[in-house]
Amino acid sequence: MSDTPLHLGVSLDGAGRHPAAWREPGARPDELFTAGYWADLVAEAEHGLLDLVTIDDSLGLQSADPFAADDRVDQVRGRLDASMLAARIAPLTAHIGILPTVVVTHTEPFHVSTTIATIDYVSSGRAGVQVRVAARPDDAALLGRRTFPADRDALLRELFDEAADAVEVIRRLWDSWEDDAIVRDGATGRFVDRERLHYIDFEGPRFSVRGPSITPRPPQGQPVVAALAHRAEPFALVGTSCDIGFVTPRDAADARGIVAAIREAQAGAGREAETVHVWADLTVVLDDDAAAARDRLARLDATDPCTDDARVVAGTPAELADLLVELGEAGLTGFRLRPAVLPDDLRHITRGLVPELQRRGLFRTAYEATTLRGHLGLPRPADRYATADTAGSHS
Amino acid sequence: MSRRQMHLAAHFPGVNNTTVWSEPESGSQIEFASFAHMARTAERAKFDFIFLAEGLRLREQNGAIYDLDVVGRPDNATILAAVAAVTDRLGLAATISSTFNEPYEVARRLASIDHLSGGRAAWNVVTSWDKFTGENFRRGGYLAQGDRYLRAKQFLDTVMTLVDSWRGDEIVADKATGEFLRDAGAGRFDVAVDQFDIRGRFSVPRSPQGRPVVLQAGDSDEGREFAAASADAIFTRHGSLEAGQAFYTDVKRRLAAYGRSEDQLKILPATTFALGDTQAEAEERGRRIRRQQVSGQTALRFLEQVWNRDLSHLDPDGPLPEIDPLVVDADSPRVSQGRAADRMYRDPLATAKEWRERAAAGNLSIRDLMTEVTSRQSFVGTPLGIAEQMERFVEQRASDGFILVPHITPGGLDDFADRVVPILQERGSFRADYTGTTLRDHLGLAPLDARSVV
Repeated sequence: MSDTPLHLGVSLDGAGRHPAAWREPGARPDELFTAGYWADLVAEAEHGLLDLVTIDDSLGLQSADPFAADDRVDQVRGRLDASMLAARIAPLTAHIGILPTVVVTHTEPFHVSTTIATIDYVSSGRAGVQVRVAARPDDAALLGRRTFPADRDALLRELFDEAADAVEVIRRLWDSWEDDAIVRDGATGRFVDRERLHYIDFEGPRFSVRGPSITPRPPQGQPVVAALAHRAEPFALVGTSCDIGFVTPRDAADARGIVAAIREAQAGAGREAETVHVWADLTVVLDDDAAAARDRLARLDATDPCTDDARVVAGTPAELADLLVELGEAGLTGFRLRPAVLPDDLRHITRGLVPELQRRGLFRTAYEATTLRGHLGLPRPADRYATADTAGSHS
Repeated sequence: MSRRQMHLAAHFPGVNNTTVWSEPESGSQIEFASFAHMARTAERAKFDFIFLAEGLRLREQNGAIYDLDVVGRPDNATILAAVAAVTDRLGLAATISSTFNEPYEVARRLASIDHLSGGRAAWNVVTSWDKFTGENFRRGGYLAQGDRYLRAKQFLDTVMTLVDSWRGDEIVADKATGEFLRDAGAGRFDVAVDQFDIRGRFSVPRSPQGRPVVLQAGDSDEGREFAAASADAIFTRHGSLEAGQAFYTDVKRRLAAYGRSEDQLKILPATTFALGDTQAEAEERGRRIRRQQVSGQTALRFLEQVWNRDLSHLDPDGPLPEIDPLVVDADSPRVSQGRAADRMYRDPLATAKEWRERAAAGNLSIRDLMTEVTSRQSFVGTPLGIAEQMERFVEQRASDGFILVPHITPGGLDDFADRVVPILQERGSFRADYTGTTLRDHLGLAPLDARSVV
């Protein structure tokens, strides 16, 4: 058994990951657009001492078809903007990390950067972002400024290259104010030291951004950047640009291959010395009784079959703990669990799985850090623009 | 108790010289605690809303980042979503540019804030087109000056089309029957106009207010017409009673053409104040604040913004320069960049002439003159005196209320809330408590009518 503690997060979306979740007795489908519903969920996740929650989002309306819009009326439709939701929830919590999902193709990197920096201020250092691309033509039509190449592989290369450029801009903007740029120097009348504000001068095929940011460097310096990755292009994005990759291995052997691909990209980007987490996504249906969990999944699937990109696990918290240990030995550093049904499976995570992992010495028994980077074992990074001259004035 | 009711809003102190950052009580302009403090103060005083300006590029002058004023702010929609968590009734007004955003994203943000605040979202629609700001965005600074109201109008109309794409009765969420949506076309929209060619389904169901409250600032004829057609409130800068009355009359008379009654567009001038126990004390305090707001360096920078020349060699305690302002066309780079006020003085030569006469008549130095033309408080007096002045503006149709601009972050509204508001409430000119839950309720706006029903 590994003695390295595990990291745990949950993915929150609508009534839960399973498309039939909203019909469960405990579901609250008529409250999906209220702050109270989300506040309760994030409070429950924080009660379980989880590292973070991610809040799912997309440009367009949900669809059961990953490649096109649909017109189904028997599944949850409608979503709040995940960044607004994250900001609304942040002041109500004190420890847990909060990562809204943000589409970084089509959108303005400048706005993404200041939005996430603002959530970092509002949460006193607990913000991150799950970046994603929008690859459907109907998504592009919502903003209406581009057409896509017909070849899907070419499209994905284009979009993930753009996502990497967007993350580069977002990160440079976070560093574009040195930590002590605000001097409030009454003697000279200067509020800021302009020597400690930096143009980022990014130029790429899709956008160029001059900087500096409008927002001072956020509390974590660099909020946490994550991405969900299923194939080579996003593996490369995780390796070159992210702090966490969420991946979807079928088993431990698959996990080893994925981890190796990401480590290779990480090394290729000269980031060997940095911590890049690779977490497996698992959709979970949990019960104290294993048969009851499997029956519940069968019942959900009978209502509306779940076609999930992640492995679906139905069982007891102890069985899940065994699986996490096994996958952990394949090089994964944590897990993002997707509760099949909210709030039921979230409560099984926080009140069943977490105590089980704690008994095995594999999970924290109290929050030990105050920032998300702290939970993840990431140091607060130096500012890339700080020179010996300006940084020296810290000490 | 039959006094005309006023509306009050709080402007979070901005990144210009109105905000005094050097006082011991001057706090952070970026920490959430500052926003929470001012919002809670405004809500305690039963204000209609809190208002945030927008920043998209740090200002520059003489080729360098402007460093004399407060610099740095959050994304204002995001910070207001967080303020919703620490307030229950206060309206939340975010300034969002129609130039460097897309309607779909802005509509999602505003509708989401409206859901997450229980119906308190407002949007101050602004336009910008300068290349300087555009350097931070994909779009760049492509918009010709003549197109900015066209884009703003089409942007606003498109956002309204999007938020109206859900009527509000589509979600059934019936667990027993398995029907989540009543209507497979919920959220469907199709917009094809000069500026936007977009279609699909909007992803946020109808929010409590249906539409965000729309604010607009802009004094030009086009701006007034735009407001009369589309806005629920106007943010103005008219200082005197007479100027306010002229503006008020002009804008209100434009409403009929759009089938709107006069009470459906609130006129709210930006208002500064200096309070004292006596009139003399208030005036002394006002003078002291103005000296803090306009240092010698700040005075020179102001002068440069109108002269469009580097005047850093001048003595701020000396006379105005002999040389005339440098006049350039609207699209040319100026000595000062990223500042809306750069374009306020449309005729710099006339402004220079007027200022020279004024300086000569009063024997004023550059700093004296700049202090006088840029920072005189709207209201100076005792709490009772200020209450009476404000009531006079409202009774005599110079405004429907005020957007108060404190000069200190975050406590600059505390005195006003504690000392002036109770007098207004006692005299019956301002609400003693909220009577509704949404910002539309606070502003007395009619329920959304047929124009918003698809």
